[in-house]
Amino acid sequence: MLLIECPWCGFREESEFRCGGEAHIVRPLDSESLSDAEWADYLFMRTNPKGRHRERWVHEHGCRRWFNVERDTVTHEILAVYRMGEHPPAEPATGGRRR
Amino acid sequence: MTRADFRLSVGGRIDRDRLVGFSFDGERYSGFAGDTLASALLANGVRLVGRSFKYHRPRGVVTDGVEEPNALVQLGAGAIGEPNARATQVEIHDGLTAASQNRWPNVRFDVGAVNGHLSALLPAGFYYKTFMWPGKWWMKYEYFIRRAAGLGRAPTGPDPEIYDKSWAHCDVLVVGAGPTGLTAAHAAGRTGARVLVVDERPEPGGHLLGTRRTINDAPAGEWVSAMVSELADMDEVRILSRATALGYYDHNSLTVLERRTDHLPYGERGGRVRQRLWKVRAKQVVLATGAHERPLVFRNNDRPGVMLASAAQSYVNRYAVRPGTAAVVFTNNDSAYDPALDLADAGLRVTVVDVRTELSDLRRAQLRRRGIELLAGHAIISVRGAKAVTGVSVASLTAAATGYTGTSRRIRCDLVCMSGGWNPAIHLFSQSGGRLAFDEARGVFVPGEVRQAQFSVGGCNGTGVLAFALSEGREAGKSAAAACGFRMRGGTALPRVDVVEEVPIRLFWTVPPRHPDRRLDKHFVDFQNDVTAADIALAAREGYRSVEHLKRYTTTGMGTDQGKTSNVNALAILSETLGADIAATGTTTFRPPYTPVTFGALAGRDVGELSDPVRTTPMHRWHVQQGATFEDVGQWKRPWYYPRDGESMREAVDRECLAARNAVGILDASTLGKIDVQGPDAAEFLDRIYTNGWKRLEVGRCRYGLMCTEDGMVFDDGVTLRLGDHHYLVHTTSGNAARVLGWMEEWLQTEWPELRVYCTSVTEQTATASISGPFARRLLAALTTDIDLDRDAFPFMHWRDGHVAGLPARVARVSFTGESSFEVSVPAGYGLSLWTALMHAGQRYGITPYGTEAMHVLRAERGFIIAGQDTDGTVTPIDLGMEWIVSRRKDFIGRRSLDRADTVRDDRKQLVGLLTERSEDVLPEGGQIVERVTALPMRMIGHVTSSYYSANLGHSIALALVRGGRSRHGEQVMVPLERSVMSARITEPGFFDPEGARAHD
Amino acid sequence: MTERYQRRSALAHLGLEARASVVAGEGGVTLREAPMRGLLVLRGDGGGKAFRSEVTAVLGIEPVVEPLTAARRRDLSILWLGPDEWLVITPDRRRARIERMLRDALVGQHAAVTDVSHGRTVLVLSGPDVLAVLAKGCSLDLHPRMFGPGRCAQSRLAKCQALIHQTTDAPEFEIHVPRSFAQYAWMWLEDAGQEFDLRIAPAE
Repeated sequence: MLLIECPWCGFREESEFRCGGEAHIVRPLDSESLSDAEWADYLFMRTNPKGRHRERWVHEHGCRRWFNVERDTVTHEILAVYRMGEHPPAEPATGGRRR
Repeated sequence: MTRADFRLSVGGRIDRDRLVGFSFDGERYSGFAGDTLASALLANGVRLVGRSFKYHRPRGVVTDGVEEPNALVQLGAGAIGEPNARATQVEIHDGLTAASQNRWPNVRFDVGAVNGHLSALLPAGFYYKTFMWPGKWWMKYEYFIRRAAGLGRAPTGPDPEIYDKSWAHCDVLVVGAGPTGLTAAHAAGRTGARVLVVDERPEPGGHLLGTRRTINDAPAGEWVSAMVSELADMDEVRILSRATALGYYDHNSLTVLERRTDHLPYGERGGRVRQRLWKVRAKQVVLATGAHERPLVFRNNDRPGVMLASAAQSYVNRYAVRPGTAAVVFTNNDSAYDPALDLADAGLRVTVVDVRTELSDLRRAQLRRRGIELLAGHAIISVRGAKAVTGVSVASLTAAATGYTGTSRRIRCDLVCMSGGWNPAIHLFSQSGGRLAFDEARGVFVPGEVRQAQFSVGGCNGTGVLAFALSEGREAGKSAAAACGFRMRGGTALPRVDVVEEVPIRLFWTVPPRHPDRRLDKHFVDFQNDVTAADIALAAREGYRSVEHLKRYTTTGMGTDQGKTSNVNALAILSETLGADIAATGTTTFRPPYTPVTFGALAGRDVGELSDPVRTTPMHRWHVQQGATFEDVGQWKRPWYYPRDGESMREAVDRECLAARNAVGILDASTLGKIDVQGPDAAEFLDRIYTNGWKRLEVGRCRYGLMCTEDGMVFDDGVTLRLGDHHYLVHTTSGNAARVLGWMEEWLQTEWPELRVYCTSVTEQTATASISGPFARRLLAALTTDIDLDRDAFPFMHWRDGHVAGLPARVARVSFTGESSFEVSVPAGYGLSLWTALMHAGQRYGITPYGTEAMHVLRAERGFIIAGQDTDGTVTPIDLGMEWIVSRRKDFIGRRSLDRADTVRDDRKQLVGLLTERSEDVLPEGGQIVERVTALPMRMIGHVTSSYYSANLGHSIALALVRGGRSRHGEQVMVPLERSVMSARITEPGFFDPEGARAHD
Repeated sequence: MTERYQRRSALAHLGLEARASVVAGEGGVTLREAPMRGLLVLRGDGGGKAFRSEVTAVLGIEPVVEPLTAARRRDLSILWLGPDEWLVITPDRRRARIERMLRDALVGQHAAVTDVSHGRTVLVLSGPDVLAVLAKGCSLDLHPRMFGPGRCAQSRLAKCQALIHQTTDAPEFEIHVPRSFAQYAWMWLEDAGQEFDLRIAPAE
């Protein structure tokens, strides 16, 4: 089970959180001008990388805040945690963090 | 049967003042407190403890611990029975009853042993090859195969024991309290770090206590006691004994099973927690899990009386038991020499057979001094005896060790001790994601690349020399604590231990047969699964080259021991057969749990009335007292219907439905989800969430709303009240309350942070009674003075604050039944008072409480949907015929999707009504709808989503989703059932008061 | 008739009063219900000067900004629930007045006050073995080095949403649970406390 650092509440068990899927997908504002294919791309298509992946999570059973997690999908290592609206860390830190 | 006494007169860590009586296979025996079942049986001369899985060969104790493959016993009986307990770990207590397994009628005479004589016919993959065809016969084979090949029996009846779980947090978790683990714990503990030590044995000390090693020139046990008492004095150090680390998961999360009462007599266990599953989260983990001695693979190496050298040593030293009278110690490394000396000193006649020719002078001298014969460069060709060892045949190995020179010689003995080296217990390390490295010289897998915050030290790190292991333990303890921010100047000196120069191991995976062409079909590799060296060679020849395939084909490494003694031998033999590197062959994946675990421990207290929360409304007691039948709606218990004496469900529901339309009905609507939405942008927010518009809704009014997910599918619905300029109260369906709040928060926080809106759940703050029917207004009028209930003053879809029955109340004129209705909400603590007041005042109007079933019927009569019943995540508002609620003037979640080519198809499933041909025919919900009955398969055009008998209409009614249904009104369709076919006509969804006039009344 | 209109606690039907028996110092843990608290959820911009000063003027306490902490002044407490969310605890009789005063003071600001007094109940657990009891169902690390008096956190207690607030060093914990989960939470705590000789104290 993962240990996830909520940006407000600190390290908590994964069971307090819910994963909301891939992060940084922006809802198109002018959806009327999009083709069906473009809309479907926003709606359904997600990356599924082996390795570094940015996801959004919510601290559902804690402070109920959404935030972003950068996670290695192979090792489950959590490489970064940052709030909504914040930019992801630009360069991958070598080796990542260990606990 | 004579009872041999194999107990030594002195020594051991048993309590000779406490005699313990137990039974095995119906015979009564005695042992001492501190004995395991295995040591006590050996002390009583019982060698034969079970039959093997496949060939039913007689088997005895092989080990003295967790890795035991053979000595699996059934404990207790009935509900408290436990199968597959390892006799080497079971602590005896008064009243313990144990029985051998997998034998019939008894362990000494077992009918299934005929399989042993047929073993040539039962090679690897036998079942796969033989019982493949014809497939349908498998059902017949299976019964007999499962009966013949099996382990213990599952307990019968509900388990009366208590199991629970607990979280544990620490800076440093030390797994294993052998000398290395104790040293690590001490080094970490003295810094002030929070340290948790878990150890599977009843007392700390590990294998050290099975030896006669000295530490600081005193018996090692004294040093162990001193360490334990120093640890006990450290406030933040805790030692859990009888606690096995089962699994090592992400981010230093481990599960530990603590056995709290299994060692106690049954009478002393009452009311106490039998087993506790600890869920540990550690900042740093020190693995000091030790090593397991490796068997040698030679002919008939599975006979009762063949055991690991370290086990024999442990039985002598820890339990003061002579595991035999004459022993042959068979080894390829130095670690078997101490056991040989200890056995000799305990009075056994000992012969050492070592496959090596170069041996140390020290070891030779030690043997000579005790008169122990040493046969260097020799091997055991075969073990003699069936139900017990009677002797061995040995011969001198050729230089290449592929055959023998000279003649063989027989040695009489009743004990064979084997040592093929030591396998580090890398199970947890491997589970943690760490990579294994193979040490060619020693033939062991050791921890390689580490993935978590962890140290492997001592035996599990491949460090067999005690002095080095202690040093590793101390360094790891210090480093682990330091990584958590705990440091202490200076250090404690390591204790003095002897270091004996060792001659390297000679790897020896299979002892050659006497004749080169002889099959290795009695050279056992996996005792528990009856897998021989011949089976592995056969599997390799048949193409099972991957170790994972080998495991599944031969079953080696499966079962309750998961191959703790067999895995490395098996993969080494596979590699030899294939001519491949052992490192390249690799191991199978190590998975939790390390040892078998009871279902009880995994369930913990989530059983019985604590298995899941039961949520009840403030009026629940009243419903119970009135004999209501309840329906589960999520975790809520809602009254389903209120049967009066002798009424069937149909009769009760009919009565409730008629009352709600003809007099007044009352429903507990407290479970409806309620969300308080406040902020200057609240209206804009609701505009985006709901398909319809909110900005023009006036304060004091209510509006029904529908929300979709982004794919345009209906998600939830409900009525929203505008409480103030910037203040709304949103209602959701009962089952969706938390989901809708989460949905709103998600959009606010992730997509629309610019909107100034706060959402707070108020579902539980109010209790709501909904009164419905022609007398609802008069009833309410009797209980309120400050709300004007006049039709014009308080029209439909408006709300008012005031008092009802003297309680502060909010009344909303909304209707889910289609009748004139008032939803009265009060603070939850007053819910029961409101309800009883309404019931009291309603008597003269024939007030009738109705449950969810009547509510469903009443709304279906009007054609109102229930999100989640008439919709299933594939239904758009258009499919429901609810275009009227879909705004075309604004964007909302799901709007663009309603224009997708797929969502505008006119052959989508659309909501319709169904009227059956026969009024009494009630269609089953979920019934499949076809145009006409044909040969199978029939073409399905839709399904029934809601279906009831409507007493108000005197006719069965149903809602359904039917392909292109909205253009099919009037058509006849069929619902084929198991034994009949029902015919129905498609109609508008809505059967009663289509104009909705009654709700406005 | 008037008694029938009395406010009922979420656990009224369990008949706990009859089972309450506490002698000081007995039992490893003591459990009681504190049902009649004024509970207000306060939302607003914790960093905003106007918001802070208005709230402080009404309560006499600043809205705490350090996550997972609580502040107390006389009979009022304010607990951190999130970066823009607090729980204000008042005596029952003052709840309505404080609610109105907060609303009035925050007019014109983007802030919200919501009464949740009836929607939750508070279970009070105290005694030397409290941490062992809570550890059975709560994944929070409540060790004195990590938690302590004046700390609060939302988490799960067994299968129930819970706000856990340590009020004293004793230690004493107040556990806020949704009203409909109150019976489950109570039964769960009684069960978990059994091995520590749990006693029931009269409700506040």
